[in-house]
Amino acid sequence: MKTPILFGLNAKPTPLLRVFLAVLPFAIAIAAYVSASNARLAENSADKLLPSASQMTKAIDRAAFKEDRRTGDYLLWKDTASSLKRLLTGVGIAAFLGLLLGLNMGLFKSLAASLSPFITVVSMVPPLAILPILFIAFGVGEFGKIVLIFLGTFPIITRDIFLATKKIPREQIVKAQTLGASELAIVYRIVLPQIFPRLLETVRLSLGAAWLFLIAAEAIASTDGLGYRIFLVRRYLSMDMIIPYVIWITCIGFFMDYLLKQLIKRKYKWYLAAED
Amino acid sequence: MAMSNEQSILHIEDVYKSYGDKLILDNIDLSVNKGEFCTLVGPSGCGKSTLLRLILGQEKADHGALTINGHAAGYPDTERGIVFQRYSLYPHLTVLENVLLGKHLSKRRWYLPWVASQASKDEAMHYLDVLRLSAAANKYPHELSGGMQQRVAIAQALIMKPPVLLMDEPFGALDPDTREELQLFLLELWDKEKLTIFFVTHDLEEACFLGSRMLVLSQYYADDRGEVARGAKIVSDYALPSVALSTEIKTSSVFQELIGSVRQQGFDPSVLQHVRDFNLEHPDSFQTLLDQERSG
Repeated sequence: MKTPILFGLNAKPTPLLRVFLAVLPFAIAIAAYVSASNARLAENSADKLLPSASQMTKAIDRAAFKEDRRTGDYLLWKDTASSLKRLLTGVGIAAFLGLLLGLNMGLFKSLAASLSPFITVVSMVPPLAILPILFIAFGVGEFGKIVLIFLGTFPIITRDIFLATKKIPREQIVKAQTLGASELAIVYRIVLPQIFPRLLETVRLSLGAAWLFLIAAEAIASTDGLGYRIFLVRRYLSMDMIIPYVIWITCIGFFMDYLLKQLIKRKYKWYLAAED
Repeated sequence: MAMSNEQSILHIEDVYKSYGDKLILDNIDLSVNKGEFCTLVGPSGCGKSTLLRLILGQEKADHGALTINGHAAGYPDTERGIVFQRYSLYPHLTVLENVLLGKHLSKRRWYLPWVASQASKDEAMHYLDVLRLSAAANKYPHELSGGMQQRVAIAQALIMKPPVLLMDEPFGALDPDTREELQLFLLELWDKEKLTIFFVTHDLEEACFLGSRMLVLSQYYADDRGEVARGAKIVSDYALPSVALSTEIKTSSVFQELIGSVRQQGFDPSVLQHVRDFNLEHPDSFQTLLDQERSG
């Protein structure tokens, strides 16, 4: 009996074939774009809809390596720094407070009784729907944007940490009590270190939502940022700028996800072992 | 009626416990002396673990008195050590850190970094040595076999020198060979460290083999209360010859006879002994029956 390498339930692709299969969809997408772009540019060399690679390279060069004529900034880097600052501040505060609240709710039943329904309802509010409220209440500066990212991620992180904390076996807490632990020691020295890798996982999953809220906030009211730039140059149909920016945002998102994943893999082997 | 004396580590009198409408424990009386290896068996669902949780302080009795070392038993504390069947270890700590944990939790502030003193480390390593775990000191629980994990859990409890060590089916999840190995191990440890152990198991053979005293908890008995919902009582209380450091005794006829009679008295729903006829031969045994239970 021969094991098939490609087709069927029993197929076991070789490592080399796996790499090929993984690269294939990217290659197809790029090839499709390039041929469509070439076709359009051949018909009309001033076409802006599907810029060629060289046009995009020029746009990147302008944005990343040349000072902006008007402000003297390197736009791509300035936009990246502003966006990351907002994103990381918002997600960071949400992660910190979500961890504290979820952890305590998971251990103290009265706190859970009081706040669990509230958090559940709040997590149902579509954050983008209250964006106008945020801008009215906090202005269109940094604070409003950070609050949007915070509101978009905090309830989910809190709920996830709350549920993970509740899953900690009762035996562990009783055991800690018989070892002389105070309540605070149980919360912060027994349960918190066990929940922490879970927080990293939750943050990983929340980053997608955080990017969405960041770009939405920047699109509506901002003077810099990756989302701001995309929506600004949209007015001039600058696809040569928009596409590289989108690819850049994707790369940053991918990199952050990879970083968190590696952190969990390296530092929290016991956590991954327990998940299996 | 025997009362608690100086030697008594654990004293339980007139304890009742029900969940909702269902009465589980029905007037439990028990006094356990220092140095005893007390095993508790009974049919499944009779309330063995419930009784253990009451002693541990994880749950509260509906009625009755429960004292540990002379104090009324409250929430779990350092007066009682515990080894559960599972989840006794903290997965994020190494074996050594797990054993040291009690030293830190009981003596150090929670918000300061914990650095173990050399004395504590030596003590932890002593227990790891005793339990033949020194080589695994820096491993994490998930890297250990089930038997090793339970040994770590025992070391983790012992470092606190609890007046009484409670064990809730600690070997229940182990394969038969490992189980026997740990039984011998525990007997040796009990003898060497002069422990007081309260050991819950559903395995009759294990209870007979380990215990210097064996209690049988059962809901299968009769009394003169008429048609009432009954909970479980201690129906037998045996004094057993202590320390058989060999498993050969398990095949002896005396041992097998004992198991047979306990099985009949405690585990057979069709054999109902009257409360007056319970086999409470252990010298520390006592029984506070209500008038209506023995009026006939």
